[in-house]
Amino acid sequence: MSAPFVQATNLRRVFDVSKPWLNRVLEGGHLEYLKAVDHVTFDIRKGETFALVGESGSGKTTVARMVVGLLPPSAGDVLIDGVSMTDPRQALARRRLRRRIQMIFQDPYASLNPRFRVDAIISEPIRAFDLIQGERDIQARVGELLSLVGLHPDDRLKYPHEFSGGQRQRIAIARALASDAEFIVCDEPTSALDVSVQAQILNLMRDLQDKFGLTYMFISHNLAVVRHMASRVGVMYLGRIVEIAEGRELFANPRMPYTKMLLGAVPDLAMSGRQRIPVKGEIPNPINPPPGCAFNPRCPLAFDLCRRETPELIDGVACHAVNTAPVPA
Amino acid sequence: MTEPVLSVRDLHVEFASRRGTLRAIDGVSFDIAKGEVLGVVGESGAGKSVTGLAVIGLIDPPGRIAGGEIHLAGLRIDNLPPEEMRRVRGKRIGMIFQDPLTSLNPLYKVGDQIVETIRTHLNLSEQAARRRAIDLLAEVGIPAPEKRIDGYPHEFSGGMRQRVVIALAICAEPELIIADEPTTALDVSVQAQIISLIKRLGRDHGTAVMLVTHDMGVIAETSDRVAVMYAGRVAEIGPVQDVVKNPLHPYAKGLMGAIPTLAGEDKRLVQIPGSMPRLSAIPRGCSFNPRCAFAFDRCRVDRPEPLPRGAQSVACHLYDDVPAESMA
Repeated sequence: MSAPFVQATNLRRVFDVSKPWLNRVLEGGHLEYLKAVDHVTFDIRKGETFALVGESGSGKTTVARMVVGLLPPSAGDVLIDGVSMTDPRQALARRRLRRRIQMIFQDPYASLNPRFRVDAIISEPIRAFDLIQGERDIQARVGELLSLVGLHPDDRLKYPHEFSGGQRQRIAIARALASDAEFIVCDEPTSALDVSVQAQILNLMRDLQDKFGLTYMFISHNLAVVRHMASRVGVMYLGRIVEIAEGRELFANPRMPYTKMLLGAVPDLAMSGRQRIPVKGEIPNPINPPPGCAFNPRCPLAFDLCRRETPELIDGVACHAVNTAPVPA
Repeated sequence: MTEPVLSVRDLHVEFASRRGTLRAIDGVSFDIAKGEVLGVVGESGAGKSVTGLAVIGLIDPPGRIAGGEIHLAGLRIDNLPPEEMRRVRGKRIGMIFQDPLTSLNPLYKVGDQIVETIRTHLNLSEQAARRRAIDLLAEVGIPAPEKRIDGYPHEFSGGMRQRVVIALAICAEPELIIADEPTTALDVSVQAQIISLIKRLGRDHGTAVMLVTHDMGVIAETSDRVAVMYAGRVAEIGPVQDVVKNPLHPYAKGLMGAIPTLAGEDKRLVQIPGSMPRLSAIPRGCSFNPRCAFAFDRCRVDRPEPLPRGAQSVACHLYDDVPAESMA
């Protein structure tokens, strides 16, 4: 097998959340850092959908932004098709790579410029990368892209406010495809949409993947959507990946106690009336995470080691209780 | 049968606009019995929030209740003078909104807000009201309530704030609670806690709950009965198991199939073409007909009325006594 398309190694991102210097001097207080992402390592193979799932504040969006290069990591590196997203010596190769990476954002009301007509929005990547010459050919390509995502070619003459949320998300997808992207990072692409529209967008994304062999990185807090879309899933908790597995496997046999709790908490049509695992507590403050495993105060299996040492991701699970369980002799 | 806590009959709500009158609610009827949780589900623009606002009398101009009746345990409340309605609201009907940060005043301690509400509705001394506030905070699951009562809303997390809002809603022992998207702004693990809290309240206090949400999963977990709304009308209403497992209305069927589930097969999601019509352009006949795969001539002309079908009630011509074939 060839090398994975995307390789993230030991990604780490720290934000300085200290008070301003003068306030620190006058009122006391010291430097404070928020470790948004720590020790995150994963691979994405070509043509697969890798999902990151977690609750708010778990760092999934920060990872996505580092992967596409919108945010420099504090440590660690991302290689996409062998090109480093951080190494200054590979700036030229990175510029060539940019065309192949696109992003779809959560809020289709904020991610489209309201003053641009749809043709200007979709043709922007085409013009920026100088992919097609001649106005007529560009317009033809825009029309083609619009029909690809289920809109009418004549919609290119309208403005974003004339479209519903689902249609706007289709425009955002058309824009992502405009540069012939191969790798699309989707940050909560359907969270702002109604369920029937969400189904349309999810189906469209899968159809496009089949058609063009796209690779997706899919960020979501909705486990059912992730279950539907992802071939592999990473579960994040307070900036770390706590479990990573094939999608089918993760949902059938969650191993990390947090994953179990999360799966048990999802209200689900098919399982209504079942007994829930009671959920304890909330995500702790990321500025002052508990020592050891960040999940230990909420974990039913926590023991003294969990309160001392942060577990490493071994064999897809970062959990002392799972990894040090008595090995059958 | 005993009298329902809430009875809504043929409710109409209209909004006057420059381009004419928009009908947001068009003939909605339902009952909620004591201790029952009725889920109201639908997509944006279906009229579920407006229904809730109409019940507590918070429809602001240019909106108005244009027809129908709302009864709270026998008392007609849709035409009460504002001053009397103000006494009903909060005392007999509690309200939980989506965003817990905007429903609490950031400048007052949560305890003061609860005490104020208690003393507005119940004849209690300051000390007694404070004791009751602590009990309420404990009941909704806030740890160390005697300390947290003197905290400000910003010192609480989202889930804890929503618990405070629930404590506010139940502080006068209302007969009815209207919860409008109470868990939408929360993470799943916290959502699960709030859901079981709402369920327990209905059971322990016999409170009727109208739970408005777009999340069918939440409804399936919480509600006894569910009403599926579409374009200002109830498309289908019935016991939650029946509607989830065996939806009758084509819209309800599409909606259930469109929801990705954890247990379901990894197949394509059911897709309903198009989207909810705008209020200014509600189609003639059945408002769902342009998106419906089963629509026939009659659907484009006649508006279907809700008809009982087993325990469910469905507004769809497919279930008229006249078989569809003979209509051509």
